[in-house]
Amino acid sequence: MNHNSVRPAPIKVQNLSMRYHHKPVLTDVSFDIPEGKTIAIVGPNGAGKSTLLKGIMGLEPLIEGSVSFFGKPLADKRLSTAYVPQREEIDWDFPISVMDVVLMGRHGQLKLWQRPSKLDHEIAEQALKDLQMWDFRDRQISQLSGGQQQRVFLARALAQQANLYLMDEPFAGVDVATEKAIIELFKTLKTQGKTIVCVHHDLNTVSEYFDWVLFINARLVAAGPVEEVLTKENLQKTYGGRLSLLNDLTEEMYRTRLNQAHKSD
Amino acid sequence: MDNFTLLDPTYMPSTWQLLKEFWQFNDMNVLWVLMGSILLGISASVIGSFAFLRRRSLIGDALAHAALPGVMMAFLLFQTRDPMVMFLGAVISSFIGFFIIDWLPKNTKIKPDAALAITLSFFFALGLMLLSFIQGMEVENKSGLDKILFGQAAAMTRDDINLLMYVTIFILINVVLFFQKFRLIAFNSNYARSLGVAVNRYELLLALLIVMSVVVGLQLVGVVLMAAVLLTPVATARLWSNQLRNILLLAGAVGAMSAIISTQISYLAPAMPTGPWMVVSLSSLFFLSLLFAPDKGLVQRYLKQYQLRQRVSQENILRTLYKLWERSQFEQNNFNISDIQALRAMPPQTLRKTLRHLCRKNLLRESALGFRFTKSGLEQATQLTRRHRLWENYLNEHLALSPDQVHSQAERIEHILTLEQEKQLEEELKDSLQDPHGNAIPNRAAGIKL
Repeated sequence: MNHNSVRPAPIKVQNLSMRYHHKPVLTDVSFDIPEGKTIAIVGPNGAGKSTLLKGIMGLEPLIEGSVSFFGKPLADKRLSTAYVPQREEIDWDFPISVMDVVLMGRHGQLKLWQRPSKLDHEIAEQALKDLQMWDFRDRQISQLSGGQQQRVFLARALAQQANLYLMDEPFAGVDVATEKAIIELFKTLKTQGKTIVCVHHDLNTVSEYFDWVLFINARLVAAGPVEEVLTKENLQKTYGGRLSLLNDLTEEMYRTRLNQAHKSD
Repeated sequence: MDNFTLLDPTYMPSTWQLLKEFWQFNDMNVLWVLMGSILLGISASVIGSFAFLRRRSLIGDALAHAALPGVMMAFLLFQTRDPMVMFLGAVISSFIGFFIIDWLPKNTKIKPDAALAITLSFFFALGLMLLSFIQGMEVENKSGLDKILFGQAAAMTRDDINLLMYVTIFILINVVLFFQKFRLIAFNSNYARSLGVAVNRYELLLALLIVMSVVVGLQLVGVVLMAAVLLTPVATARLWSNQLRNILLLAGAVGAMSAIISTQISYLAPAMPTGPWMVVSLSSLFFLSLLFAPDKGLVQRYLKQYQLRQRVSQENILRTLYKLWERSQFEQNNFNISDIQALRAMPPQTLRKTLRHLCRKNLLRESALGFRFTKSGLEQATQLTRRHRLWENYLNEHLALSPDQVHSQAERIEHILTLEQEKQLEEELKDSLQDPHGNAIPNRAAGIKL
């Protein structure tokens, strides 16, 4: 994939495996994603989509495999990478205003005790305006609707001014206005040559919103441009249930710590 | 508290005199205790706020219990009651407790609450064991070690106060410096990690600050009650404000206030211990806030609910009158109570009261013929009816609900629709002139012919 590009891929995943206790969540996943495209990660519930995103961002440990960003480890590419967590992950009763949440996007650039500067405020202001949330800047986040919460999260990521955006279900449970705002945002980012990777749950809109798709169900089923990969066969493979033998044997391997024993042979 | 007992047993001063004495600080010890309690109140409240916001409220309780064996070990090893030695012993053992609490859920199937409970009771038991061992030994200075369980403010020395002061200053400086990062991590630690913020390091610092404030608090309020001083102030402050900065300031103020109240009480009534009184006054402040805080207070909430209920019954009556008016082909603008009650079931008392309120608001006028709309009353009734019927149409069209179903829904929604939403409805239901029951939807500026 992406053979012709001179620059290394925004994300290159090699032989990635992850687990939850002894249960395998993802096994031996490898792919590259192309630059300047919108990419959907699609699969059934529990397929490991969010886990994959967290694994890529180093938020959950990999048992095996590696991830590189533009050919470098994440630590060297932090400032080019923005992550948008799932909305349910946080406590929306937290005493904080919309503006302060968006300013958090600037903290990657701030040293230790540094506070956001005037420039940081201007960047946050622009991000809020891009998502039509500027009028809400002084609101408490507890007073926002679901869609507005999502837009605040996106504005925060936008304030990071990254080249690569990883988003966990940005379209889940949002209103029409927010959906439109997100699509607009995608278009703008794409014209700037930025790359967007989204965990996505709605098969109906995949071809409309995304250029590329990764089908995931505990392993990589298929990856490629939507028009090539979005086929009946791939859908069947993705949603037709897991390969139970693969699943059971991998779990057995983790339980017996065979993977460690084998390495130290 | 023995330090507060007065020398002359025949001297029986009034409360007022005692209060005056208290604030003159003739007794240096009073000043120490007061200062110590205030410092602790401030530092524990501020740092406890972050534990509270991270939903790790019980960590303070566990750390306080985990400090006990450290204090005892320090005494056993060095045979001294020097505050610095005790402090270090307590910090070390609290930290060991902290790591166990942190490690267990990450590496085993034990859940965080269980890890907390197991560690807390294990360390406490260990501490009690060591304490009884020490009490059986022939060593100097051992008396008073057991006071660490429930605290004894009156026994504080100059050295204790100095230590408290250093710790408080250290905590406050750190909170001011790292406020942004602490808030970021408390709000969304995974996101902070994705930014490359060294979350683990800040978490460790936060733990250290909590441990320090817990440990210096042992002398004052004791192992058992320490958690209250960490958490009750922020729980109180949260009721008053939505801004973290203000919450921290308020929590500090609440902590200091409880310190002042409790030291005074224990001065006035010498048998009264400071620590428990501190917790009692904190809890009283909390309950007062729970009742009377604006927005989130229970009284305010009840009042709002009451007002809403009144508004709803007033609006319901206006709607009923509109319907009566409509039935009379817009001829008859005089309505008597029995007609109203025929259409809107309501206890007579409530009905009369609501009508009285409407008259007072100048929406209705009462005469010998009954009640009649004023101009503004009719406007409001028309608007409500319009919104009710628009919403019925909306539900009928978009949700395919039956006319019966839409009515009961619209009965509620009519009270909260805004002008903006009304216009939005109008736009979506372009040519609807009638509701699903066949009644005309009145225009916004309906022909008001009174």
